Amino acid sequence: MGIEQFIDNEVKSNDVVLFMKGTPQFPQCGFSGQVVQILDHLGVAYKGLNVLESLDLRDGIKAYSNWPTIPQLYIKGEFIGGCDIVREMFQAGELQQAFKDAGVPVAAQA
Amino acid sequence: MAMDAGEIERLIREGIPDAQVTIRDLAGDGNHYSATVLAPSFAGKTRVQQHQLVYNALKGNMGGVLHALALQTGTP
Repeated sequence: MGIEQFIDNEVKSNDVVLFMKGTPQFPQCGFSGQVVQILDHLGVAYKGLNVLESLDLRDGIKAYSNWPTIPQLYIKGEFIGGCDIVREMFQAGELQQAFKDAGVPVAAQA
Repeated sequence: MAMDAGEIERLIREGIPDAQVTIRDLAGDGNHYSATVLAPSFAGKTRVQQHQLVYNALKGNMGGVLHALALQTGTP
């Protein structure tokens, strides 16, 4: 299976996917860490994929989304954005709404 | 390795002529910047599309030389 197919499969078969540097338990970049904090705060279940484990994945996800930086958040197959966008949406309450609209359970209210 | 604030601003203005660009050096190390880019031409575009326009203006430097540019976009 090629990397693009692997990514496409992950994005489409999981409700919420975060491509990040490090793991949700141990982020290895401040930007990835911020998105992890927001998702954890909201109590959203998500799958974290560590791009530091695979150069193919790291390059592949940038090509897949045509987006040059990591982290990258996907909800129900849709690319939401990177750290700055996720933080802005969270602060405006839009991220919580996006999860609700997608039918993804959110545990905490901001 | 790093890129100076003036160069970042110049590239963004060149790529998005109606943009108001504010760059801040977050850590004082010439390596961690934040950029606020406001442009009338962003109207009607999603945040992802707005960021994409800035990334395009930065001509491939984003994610490479500029790995730590915090970006905020909007309309004035």
